[in-house]
Amino acid sequence: MQLEIRGLTKRFGTFTANDHIDLTIEPGEIHCLLGENGAGKSTLMNMLYGLLEPDEGEVLLDGKPATFATPGDAIEAGIGMVHQHFMLVPVFTVAENIMLGREQTRGLGVLNRASAATLVRDLSDTYKLAVDPDALVQDLPVGVQQRVEILKALANNAEVLILDEPTAVLTPQEIDELMSIMDSLRKDGTSIVFITHKLREVKAIGDKITVIRRGKVVGTTEPTASESELAEMMVGRGVKLVVDKDDADVGEVALDVKNLTVIGARGTTVVRDVSFDVRAGEILGIAGVQGNGQTELVKALLGLVRPASGRIQLEGRNISRHSPRQSLEEGIGYIPEDRSHDGNVGSFSVRENLVLDLYKHDEYSRGLALNLRAMSANAEQRIDEFDIRTQSMNSSVSALSGGNQQKVVVARELSRSLKVLIASQPTRGVDVGSIEFIHKRIVAERDKGTAVIIVSTELDEIFALSDRIAVMYDGRIVDIVSPNILRDEIGLLMAGGGGTAKKNA
Amino acid sequence: MRERPLRLPASWLPSVKVTMASMVLALLVGALLILVSDRQVIESFRYFFSYPWDAFRHSGEAIGESYKALVSGSVGSWSAITATLERAAPLICAGLAVTLAFRAGLFNIGAQGQLIVGAVCAGYVGFHYELPPVVHVLAALLAALVGGALWGGIIGVLKARTGAHEVITTIMLNYVAAALLTYLLTKESFQQPGSNNPRSEKVDAAATFPSILGVHSGIVLAVLAAVGVWWLLERSTVGFELRAVGANADASRTAGMSVANVYTLAMVVAGLLAGLAGAQQVLGHQDSLTASFGGSIGFDAITVALLGRATPLGTVLAGLLFGALSTGGLAMQAGAASTPLALTQVLQALIVLFVAAPALVKAVFRFRESDGGGAVMAKGWNS
Repeated sequence: MQLEIRGLTKRFGTFTANDHIDLTIEPGEIHCLLGENGAGKSTLMNMLYGLLEPDEGEVLLDGKPATFATPGDAIEAGIGMVHQHFMLVPVFTVAENIMLGREQTRGLGVLNRASAATLVRDLSDTYKLAVDPDALVQDLPVGVQQRVEILKALANNAEVLILDEPTAVLTPQEIDELMSIMDSLRKDGTSIVFITHKLREVKAIGDKITVIRRGKVVGTTEPTASESELAEMMVGRGVKLVVDKDDADVGEVALDVKNLTVIGARGTTVVRDVSFDVRAGEILGIAGVQGNGQTELVKALLGLVRPASGRIQLEGRNISRHSPRQSLEEGIGYIPEDRSHDGNVGSFSVRENLVLDLYKHDEYSRGLALNLRAMSANAEQRIDEFDIRTQSMNSSVSALSGGNQQKVVVARELSRSLKVLIASQPTRGVDVGSIEFIHKRIVAERDKGTAVIIVSTELDEIFALSDRIAVMYDGRIVDIVSPNILRDEIGLLMAGGGGTAKKNA
Repeated sequence: MRERPLRLPASWLPSVKVTMASMVLALLVGALLILVSDRQVIESFRYFFSYPWDAFRHSGEAIGESYKALVSGSVGSWSAITATLERAAPLICAGLAVTLAFRAGLFNIGAQGQLIVGAVCAGYVGFHYELPPVVHVLAALLAALVGGALWGGIIGVLKARTGAHEVITTIMLNYVAAALLTYLLTKESFQQPGSNNPRSEKVDAAATFPSILGVHSGIVLAVLAAVGVWWLLERSTVGFELRAVGANADASRTAGMSVANVYTLAMVVAGLLAGLAGAQQVLGHQDSLTASFGGSIGFDAITVALLGRATPLGTVLAGLLFGALSTGGLAMQAGAASTPLALTQVLQALIVLFVAAPALVKAVFRFRESDGGGAVMAKGWNS
């Protein structure tokens, strides 16, 4: 089926999220939609899937105009979508999830589970998507859950499949598997819209690449284009993709973690007996697939979560029972992984967020009274220094783009002298231009002699920044390796294979 | 899953435009109710087709007279204004108690209970002790503040230590406070000597608020309290923490703030403000405590705070409006059209109803989408 979009436009108030977008997706084509966060990719796809109503323009299926008032209409017309966050019922089996919404019954409303299971088996044979129809979705790894989502779309006879940032949650191995699934779907004649901001993937699998910037199509190109050409199209200017850095000038051990164990909110052990140290002037990267204990490890380091056992030492002093405030005062800088949830108060102004953990310092308050003038002076300086794009220091942070919100957090944490900087996903959902800037600042902080811990699920970022790489899997540090290691080897460690560390459950 | 504290969305607060429009709509609907409740108007509609002019004339008269009485009864004379101010003062203080807690992300339904406890403390000091003039009123006032703060503080500590939802605990403590009052009024140490009525002694003249130009000084205290709350919220480190926690508790915790302490402190200060409202009810005039002395001030305060967009200035304005409506309502009932007092309560309820349904108000007045207000109260506490 050929899908053609003509002049599709969507406005939110005075803001134009999509401005006359033209796009044609041929049958059996993998069409990559590349753009920074907030460029309008999701808005466009939500219009295609009947979640948003376009203000102008039309959608043509095989040359015939089509309108979708609800996702149901879109599914009916043969469009399937796999959302970034899966829409599955965890306590249902694969077969049950797939028949959800179009259940077949055998009279008297009794569900025909057998036919659903057969359908799943047929589909997974046809498309070589190995899935056990009787497994509970909650027991499946993320990569397989994604396959279930794809199967669900295929079961609805989707001829155009929209994949919204499908690789964000996958291990490198799972990404390879997804790519081969996409390939076999393409051979079968299914068109795929592949939304991503990862240049490597686009080049690996795409047939055609359309770049969107600020709601407009900047251009359509072939996968032969170089990564820097693509990055330039996305951002609108030349971007350095490699971070310039010299070898680390390593000093004393700044942070020493011994046998740290953390029990999660559900009572399960999420960090198991983790030991490592970070020295002044080096960057330790912690690699791993999302959800392998990195979040809890980092929270324990700051004091947001009490470790069940083990010890954290900062320059020789035990800080394992510190409150977050004590840790911050001791010289730990902290960039949380979810900036809008933990990093900024969205309704606060830029000026206020820039002192969110500093307002009690003598510079910014006397007794109970805030020193607004000092806060303004600070904001002016940081906005300038970190190139934070905001209308004014009084604009609320939630009005800023993701990259600029992150710059507010980074600017705040780097505005005092640090012993250790802990940065979790420092560039997640940040545009390419800001990534470059944030990476530069982190390296500069290292060169000032700060010990830096970077937690990232993006291997590119880990390789770009780290002087040493610790790989986490299932709550353990599986190995600590040099950044000269091969990508595949790290991938294997991230999936729980290999490694020299002892593994006793 | 991360724990998700129940928090109020800021979008509960209406925009200024929606608030104004809601008042206009409420007055329009109120006008209809005036017609329906007016005997003469209904009579004249019986023979509408013979003398249509009669029906229109009577309708116009009924609405005109009612609303005229409402206005003149609330702000039409000095005595009307003083009555309005005296009604408004405790509403403003209790409203501030709701506003302050709201800004910390807490829905304080308990202003009523905090007010009762504050008033009991003020009353007891007011009639039980004999102290020199200025000292006595100050001591009674202080007692009210402490009583209210303690009652509010219980909520704060429960929330901070155990995570108990403040809506539940405040409602429960409202019952406890009301029951406590009823109980105390059966005790000899509270009852008027030689009487078995559930009514306390009157507070000493020395313990009553001095009056300025015929208005007791409660309104001055209310305005001072509003200025204080404004300063606390907008200019102090405490307010910075309070607003931060109210807007995003996770980010506040990450930035080193103690969310538990902020909750406790917010409820202590909120209770103190409600206690101040209680003091005004007993110390304003030489009054005694009765089981119903508090009326529904603590509940109206919630409306006042929401209508005032949870800002100190807005709370003062909304408090004045509600004060005016309630004194004007009495005049309306006594006036030529003898409109039932209940109408003013309906007006108050309608204003809030429209404020809570901004989409409706916007549709009626054809506001553009960006005019704010957001889809409001339909959201759960969890959102």
